[in-house]
Amino acid sequence: MRKLSKISKQASDELDLIPAESCASSVDGQACPITSAALVEESANKEEKDLSRRRFLGMFGAVAGATAVLGTGIELLSYRAYAQSLPKTNNWTGNSGMTGSGAADMASTVAPPTHQWAMVIDLSMCNGCGSCTAACQKAHYLTPDQTWMKVFTLTNSVGQTYHLPRPCMQCENPPCLHVCPVHATFRQDQGVVLVNQDRCIGCRMCMAACPYEARYFNWNSDVKYPPIPVEATPEFPVPQRLGTVGKCTFCVGNLNHGLLSECAAGCSMGAIYNGDLKTDVAVNGMGTTVKLSKFLYEKNAVTYKPEQNTHPRVWYILGAGQDLSADASAAKS
Amino acid sequence: MKETDMNENVLLDENGHRAAQQAWAADVRRAALKPTIGRTSVAWRLSVTVLGLIVLAGIGAWIYQLKYGLGAAGYNDQAFWAVYIVDVVAFIGVSYGGAVISAVLRLTGQSWRAPLTRLAEGTALVTVIIGALFIFPHLGRPERFWEIPIFVNTSSPLFWDFMAISTYVLATVIFFYLPLIPDMAIVNKTLGRADRPVLYKIYKVLSLKWMGSERQRRMLHSVLTLISLIIIPLAVSVHSVLSWAFATTSRPGWMETVFPPYFVIAALYSGTALVIVVASAFRKGYHLERFITKRHFVRLGYIMAALGLVYAYLTIADLMSEGYTGITSGWIRETISGRYAIPFWFYVLAGEVLPIALVAVKKTRNIKGMTVASIGVVIALWIKRIVIVLPPVTQPLIGSYWGTYHFTWVSITITLAGVAAIPLGLMLLFRVLPVLSIEEMEEMGELGSVEQVSRETLEAQKHLPAFAYANGNGNGHVNGNGVGMPEKEVQL
Ligand code: SF4
Ligand code: SF4
Repeated sequence: MRKLSKISKQASDELDLIPAESCASSVDGQACPITSAALVEESANKEEKDLSRRRFLGMFGAVAGATAVLGTGIELLSYRAYAQSLPKTNNWTGNSGMTGSGAADMASTVAPPTHQWAMVIDLSMCNGCGSCTAACQKAHYLTPDQTWMKVFTLTNSVGQTYHLPRPCMQCENPPCLHVCPVHATFRQDQGVVLVNQDRCIGCRMCMAACPYEARYFNWNSDVKYPPIPVEATPEFPVPQRLGTVGKCTFCVGNLNHGLLSECAAGCSMGAIYNGDLKTDVAVNGMGTTVKLSKFLYEKNAVTYKPEQNTHPRVWYILGAGQDLSADASAAKS
Repeated sequence: MKETDMNENVLLDENGHRAAQQAWAADVRRAALKPTIGRTSVAWRLSVTVLGLIVLAGIGAWIYQLKYGLGAAGYNDQAFWAVYIVDVVAFIGVSYGGAVISAVLRLTGQSWRAPLTRLAEGTALVTVIIGALFIFPHLGRPERFWEIPIFVNTSSPLFWDFMAISTYVLATVIFFYLPLIPDMAIVNKTLGRADRPVLYKIYKVLSLKWMGSERQRRMLHSVLTLISLIIIPLAVSVHSVLSWAFATTSRPGWMETVFPPYFVIAALYSGTALVIVVASAFRKGYHLERFITKRHFVRLGYIMAALGLVYAYLTIADLMSEGYTGITSGWIRETISGRYAIPFWFYVLAGEVLPIALVAVKKTRNIKGMTVASIGVVIALWIKRIVIVLPPVTQPLIGSYWGTYHFTWVSITITLAGVAAIPLGLMLLFRVLPVLSIEEMEEMGELGSVEQVSRETLEAQKHLPAFAYANGNGNGHVNGNGVGMPEKEVQL
């Protein structure tokens, strides 16, 4: 796992430009690396150039070309449209917030909403190696079936294959939350949708409702967990409870402690960025730091299955011919 | 309790038919009460033992599943809903049939219903309880079930399922209980206290001081009419809400506008079929041949066939638009010609073609034919529910990898236990309660049970108050209360 603080230290050493105010309300004693790194504009620009160079080396050639291809005929909600629809105050509490009687007491273990976590996945960078899945499974002691972060290999309309890493989208309008009969699924104030496995009755209504197949059940009692010194919490549900549902937690514990999520840290291609909509920064496992809104805007980032009205907190940057809209119909082959 | 002589009321006879009426009443009572008195037959004990063992095996399998997880029942992440939710839908579905058949026949004043109502309502009661119990193996954490009414989430379809099913169970219990009130008084009167002191006491309490006075009758019949009126829309709502547990998700194949009526009709269809199966079995086993005749089977067969046609229509409506546009039709392709084709076409044959053919052909329009047809429907509609549930569950929402549900001994045993619990529950129920609705049958008279009603009989019946209760209006008090049309009560 890569420590963010190290990156930020480098950045701040170079430019000494940490605005005190953006760190003001972070967790006690914790550095506020993303924030500090973020506002280092120059560094970000440099990194972006870096990124572009890498993309030029990609298999389908020029970025411009790819964007042009994608611009035609894809009716995905672009980040541009999304940004325009937002209120000017940039109040990212989403439209469903925390609901339910149980949400309040479970939120007590997480930091106040200094951050609104998001993720950007650059599909043009993903080579489908599956390191993100492996890192996630290792950290959360998942069974091989439980691919909280799953890399799908898909074929676009012209027959090219590409890879789609799919975490939980942390929907701002999460269908899984609405259907949960006992409020075991809740959305904490940083926008992360979590499951309280001490309350979940295992009805799997949420699995039926999630359009992204992001939820995984604990079907079997024969899973072996090593002795774990801490209590299982919704943020880090290890060991998981038999007969309840689990899913990607965005590694919100990591994020709040200045670390990248396991998948982002594990991705050797730097395709996965952890982002914070509040401080407008995103960082990937290679240490590339970008200004989030600018990055999404310029790369014309899209969300997956916008027609589901879920408002994901995960954006995809399409690269070479990925055709996300074709997947809804599934199984053409 | 003031013990008014029931016979005074029952057998009041102005036209000299007293003897015939008395004989009929005696026959009814003998047949209805025989299973409840004395030692049970060897066959009865053997069946109860075998069925009981199957139910016990199911409970054992459930305990195993509790220990090892739902994976033991063949579930996995791409088949997260399967056989138990199908059982919930199917059992509560057949229950609806029993209740609504009985309610509709009551409301329309069909005299031929009399020998069937108790069986139909008993079936409704037993199956709704079994269906509701199947929620427990369905849940990963059944011991947390109490959370549903505590941590209420009104935006969850499952909360409304909970509300709907519990209301419906309550209504079914009431619907079963009300016609029992006079019967329990009759039973206590007929059998006495001596050899059944406990039951006597229970009946005495539950029969609410029933004496058969005219005021009591009027009240009972208004209440029965009311609950019959309530139970029909209630059952419609239950099955609609059940269907919305599926249709409110965005899964192709479930998010269908046709789902609520689709579920309601499926419930009615399979429920009518189960009433036929139960009537056929109890007719043989409890020697009710005299009361439940070919006419009953043929009429229920007609109702079943009509519902079957509506269900076929809805099935086509469900598949048509999506199948044609092909937008999200992966599940349709798999249903019609892919991995779910065998169960789907089994439904078409055994659940539509066979029963409708058996009803249509005059030669097979008899007790045997109707029984075979309805067994086919009950099985085929359970399988149809599998075909409704599994393709949308196992379809890939991303990519093209289809999931598979594997039946295991655990899920099969638990389901079979549910099936065995129907006859077991009914046999135990009718060990303590009369298998026929005595009061109703006496009231409707013998005409409800005759094989063929001739025109002359029909004419004669109009002038014979003896066939109905002579309770002041000469029309039979059900109809006298403004329900149905007395003169057309017996139809050919
Ligand atoms: S991706 Fe699925 S599990 Fe995650 S928040 Fe959205 S609906 Fe819920
Ligand atoms: S499985 Fe658990 S988290 Fe999912 S809807 Fe049911 S109770 Fe809620």
